[in-house]
Amino acid sequence: MTQPPSMSAAGSGLRLTLRGIGHAYRALTVLQDIDLTVAPGEVLALVGPSGCGKSTLLGIMGGLIAPAAGTVEASGSVADDCLNPVTYVFQDFALLPWRSVRDNVALPLEPHLSRAARAARVDEVLALTSLTAFADAWPRELSGGMRQRVGIARALAVRPACLLMDEPLSALDAQTRTLLLEEFAGLIARAGITTVYVTHTLSEAVRIGHQVAVLSRRPGRVRALLRIDRPIEGRRAADPDLLAMEERIWAMIRDDAATAERERIDAPD
Amino acid sequence: MRRIDGPVAFRGGGFAPRARGWAAAATLIGLVLLWQALEMAGLVPTLFLPAPLAIGRTLWALTLSGELWKHLSASLLRLAIGWTVGTVFGIAVGLAVGLWSALRSPVMAVVAALFPIPKIALVPLFIIWFGIGEGSKIATLGFGVFFPTVIATAGGVDAVPRGLIRMGQSFGLSTWKIVRSIVLPGALPAILTGFRVTTSIAIVLLVAAEMIGAERGIGAFVLAAGNLYDMDALLAGIVVLSALGLIVAWVIGVAERVLLRWR
Ligand SMILES: Nc1ncnc2c1ncn2[C@@H]1O[C@H](COP(=O)(O)OP(=O)(O)OP(=O)(O)O)[C@@H](O)[C@H]1O
Ligand SMILES: [Mg+2]
Repeated sequence: MTQPPSMSAAGSGLRLTLRGIGHAYRALTVLQDIDLTVAPGEVLALVGPSGCGKSTLLGIMGGLIAPAAGTVEASGSVADDCLNPVTYVFQDFALLPWRSVRDNVALPLEPHLSRAARAARVDEVLALTSLTAFADAWPRELSGGMRQRVGIARALAVRPACLLMDEPLSALDAQTRTLLLEEFAGLIARAGITTVYVTHTLSEAVRIGHQVAVLSRRPGRVRALLRIDRPIEGRRAADPDLLAMEERIWAMIRDDAATAERERIDAPD
Repeated sequence: MRRIDGPVAFRGGGFAPRARGWAAAATLIGLVLLWQALEMAGLVPTLFLPAPLAIGRTLWALTLSGELWKHLSASLLRLAIGWTVGTVFGIAVGLAVGLWSALRSPVMAVVAALFPIPKIALVPLFIIWFGIGEGSKIATLGFGVFFPTVIATAGGVDAVPRGLIRMGQSFGLSTWKIVRSIVLPGALPAILTGFRVTTSIAIVLLVAAEMIGAERGIGAFVLAAGNLYDMDALLAGIVVLSALGLIVAWVIGVAERVLLRWR
């Protein structure tokens, strides 16, 4: 994979600041007093038991859900060719089945760019995600892994300053997951995109995060915030430090996860 | 205890119907041939039901004299205008109902109240409102097509996955862009299925409307032939209507194959 020159612009980037975020669905409080900061170009991995409000928090960060309390601030400078500073990557890919790969990637560019400029950008991000050969395929013809590559290509096409990824790999098999994670980590690190990465898989969290925020079970609060001070590119899955970190996080959420799971079974919502 | 010994029998067949164009054509042709054979064998009196050959001869004569085209062209024009008017308004209202909760219940209540009314019963009313000429006929078709289109479109919009709309919002797309690029294409399969229903409704209403105060049109022609007990001409008109229905259904089938080839 090649690196486009325009995406390596250093010195820019978005800082994401969450202050006192709280949220409730009717009587159900899902988030309480969340304070988090993601520095420009940093990756925050968000883990926590099922139903603790991770997707809700990401929705709040992306402006798709209005929080009941608190504020989210995005500050910093973005490149001139950035068309959607804060951009989502979806767990279920959210591709339009009636559009080819190429046209799916072009969708968010359509209101902004001429046909020629669109085609150039689409070709560029398809090359970046190794999808060039599938540009004219329908989504139904792709494997799950390739569909999420399209999701990533579409997100990169708008030159985001911040990526919000909600379990982007959880619909995929373990092998594809490992391969794609490496790929995403490289793309994000090289483009210097501020990223929030929600996952259930702790190995993914320690592989991709500069910070790992561990949420408690519902109502979700930040239970621990761990820093991993080493560059994302070049981290190895077998790194003993990362494995130790994974152990620590697992110890923190094990009881929570078990309780949350029991509650899910007792009171399915 | 029971011993099992031997090859596993195949049981995964069936439940996968496929369209066979030749079978459809062969069935229709076979039925016509059978009908002709029964007549020639004298099993059905020609006064009771004219033979296909006699109907064919009448059709041919009507074509040569220009009589057929005179009626058919008038009918086609009404059909095209009436169906298009009903469809355009129906899709617009269906989209609105599917998208805005303020409109949903009020409009659907009106639709539920007016849809079951036979539009044929309203023709005298339409004549008072829109005149005895083209206006009342087009209104009859338009109203008949409008309600099922609203229902099909609103259902299609409801079936568009919410996640796709959220995706559009997450990229900052305008409401209009989301409607155009996500909601409408997502609702298109349901809308096209609705077309199958509304084109048939339109043809039925067309003939009914043309039977009141029209000089031209297949409906008027059929009515006149019926009054004279000219069974050959009557059946010729009916064959034309049936062929019209077949052609329209075929066109929609082609449209579905082209527009929905992503499925
Ligand atoms: N639109 C909604 N209306 C009502 N309740 C909701 C809604 N969305 C989510 N919830 C509830 O809020 C809680 C948090 O949901 P959320 O999807 O944010 O959790 P999550 O941490 O992403 O879970 P998972 O790990 O299973 O994806 C859950 O109990 C869920 O049932
Ligand atoms: Mg979630």
